[in-house]
Amino acid sequence: MMRVLLPLPVVLPLFAAGLSMAVARRRNLQRAVGVVTLAITTAVSVAILVGVDRDGPAAAFMGGWEAPVGIALVADRFTGLMLVVASPVLLAVLVFAIGQPGTEQEQPSFHPVYLVLAAGVGLSFLTGDLFNLFVAFEMMLTASYVLMTIGGRADQVRTGMTYVVISLIASVLLVSTVGLLYAATGTVNLADLAVRMGDLPEGVRLAFSLLLFMVFGIKAAIFPLFFWLPDSYPTAPTAVTAVFAGLLTKVGVYCIIRTQTLLFAPDDRPAGFILVIAALTMVVGVLGAIAQNDIKRILSFHIVSQIGYMILGLGLFTVAGIAAAIVYVVNQIVLKSTLLLVAGLVDHSAGSSRLAEVGGLARRFPLLGWLFLLPALSLAGVPPFSGFVAKLAVIQAGFDAQAWAVVAASLVVSVLTLYSMTKIWGGAFWGTPQVLVEPTDDVTRRHGGTVPMLASTGALVVGTLALAVLAGPLVELSQRAAADLLEPGAYLDAVLR
Amino acid sequence: MSLILALSTALLFSCGTWLLLQRRLSRIIIGLGLLGHGANLLLLLSGRRRGVAPFVGATDGERVADPMPQALALTAIVISFGVTAFLLALAYRSWQLTGDDLAEDDVEDRRIAHDRRVLTDEELTDQEALRAAGAEADAGGEALGEDR
Repeated sequence: MMRVLLPLPVVLPLFAAGLSMAVARRRNLQRAVGVVTLAITTAVSVAILVGVDRDGPAAAFMGGWEAPVGIALVADRFTGLMLVVASPVLLAVLVFAIGQPGTEQEQPSFHPVYLVLAAGVGLSFLTGDLFNLFVAFEMMLTASYVLMTIGGRADQVRTGMTYVVISLIASVLLVSTVGLLYAATGTVNLADLAVRMGDLPEGVRLAFSLLLFMVFGIKAAIFPLFFWLPDSYPTAPTAVTAVFAGLLTKVGVYCIIRTQTLLFAPDDRPAGFILVIAALTMVVGVLGAIAQNDIKRILSFHIVSQIGYMILGLGLFTVAGIAAAIVYVVNQIVLKSTLLLVAGLVDHSAGSSRLAEVGGLARRFPLLGWLFLLPALSLAGVPPFSGFVAKLAVIQAGFDAQAWAVVAASLVVSVLTLYSMTKIWGGAFWGTPQVLVEPTDDVTRRHGGTVPMLASTGALVVGTLALAVLAGPLVELSQRAAADLLEPGAYLDAVLR
Repeated sequence: MSLILALSTALLFSCGTWLLLQRRLSRIIIGLGLLGHGANLLLLLSGRRRGVAPFVGATDGERVADPMPQALALTAIVISFGVTAFLLALAYRSWQLTGDDLAEDDVEDRRIAHDRRVLTDEELTDQEALRAAGAEADAGGEALGEDR
């Protein structure tokens, strides 16, 4: 059963991308292809998660070549959980893009490229092979280059160039790392690498650990490798920014967690270094956010800041810490996409997302106010929202591991996050009503967006609330996933038999 | 042979890095290409065995070359080919929009440089030069904008 299910989150969107290209002239058919594919992918992801939670890690080998020779797709609880969160977010953002009027989303290439992005994200989660991970990243990133510059505007080209060049440097480093790892161990299969890593000298192991941390750190936007992010994300079309914010950096975090826990023995992991980087990422990210005056830019800096919490959970290398990191990643995928979609709604209804140019939106569009307020409070970690659960998990894990300094930093950052959320609220939603453009259609005039835009954003907001209600089962599942990650015996058995 | 390959890898990486640090987009793209080639050579070098071509059934117990790095390098070459084409298109679009091949200043950097008030004499001269350069670039950009 799993042998059939595992390739689907990659194969389905790729196949649909081809189909979508073939029907490029018929816009409604193209939209239907995208939505139906991602809906099926979501169902498949749920089936995978249920399967691996019941029976333990599963592996599928492409072309019938067993590992370590063939290419393996592997799913454990962590993979399943990521897929289950990522797929509905991809779906919701696509619905938003369909509902948003504008030339950029209506380009015939938008849907095929978006589906390739979905396939790349799925493959990054599923692959059990380091070189294949590079291919997955390239799929995802090449799609993201196109999506980021799809309008061809001057600002998109300027910031897109930075984004593409930085991503390519990271890719070259990743290929070099894979080459060096192959030269040292003779394999690129993750499970096989985990077994053979022990034979290498201690210094070489540490070097590989740091190399992989840095390579994926560029993609995850950790300090000091994040400067490309707040510049490039806000210029992309809204739906694209939302999916980048929700997923791409988290794929980087996923890869950091996967490689550091699977490949390296407890003594080889640079735990202290990771904690320092985590603290710096949190603090510098939030300070950057405070200095900004545009909703999208503020939120982009918060992406960086929140990555710090996830890395902090990982850096503790305890079951509680990694479980907290997983809960945090799950939360942020939904939250960040939601907030960026709301920023897109503000942009759509008021004509700008600069705080100086808009105001009083809460009175004008009460629904829009609620759609921002709930996830914003959640992001700041106000109880009883899901962000609070995630922050509490990280901080509790930090206390248990007696990492006082980092925990203190994370608490301060949390307060500053609340401050910058109030800044958005005060600037854009309170005060005297002020908009740059008058909406043309009826629904936008009353609620601030078209029906699909509001519905998809609303669904994601309900998703963030559901994460708070389901916090108990989610934390338990994450703890089981974290225990798997720290004791990878079952994972190795599934791949190597 | 390995030594020559290793030296070429080093040369490609260093030239690529140097070109990457230039301000012209065309040089940056060539630099990325060189870096990619360096990485591909590195992949080839990581093979552990040499021998005849590794075809199934074509060898009778002879020593075959390690096929893995070749497969990896081939994949990496295809990917970098596609991405380089995209980069060139992007650079061309940038040239269309700005009429220049230079990587543009960061908007934020320019604003901060503009907003700073308290400065030493030396910084002031620096900043005047910078602002003059900025104004020149702006004027140039506008003039070109009108052209279109």
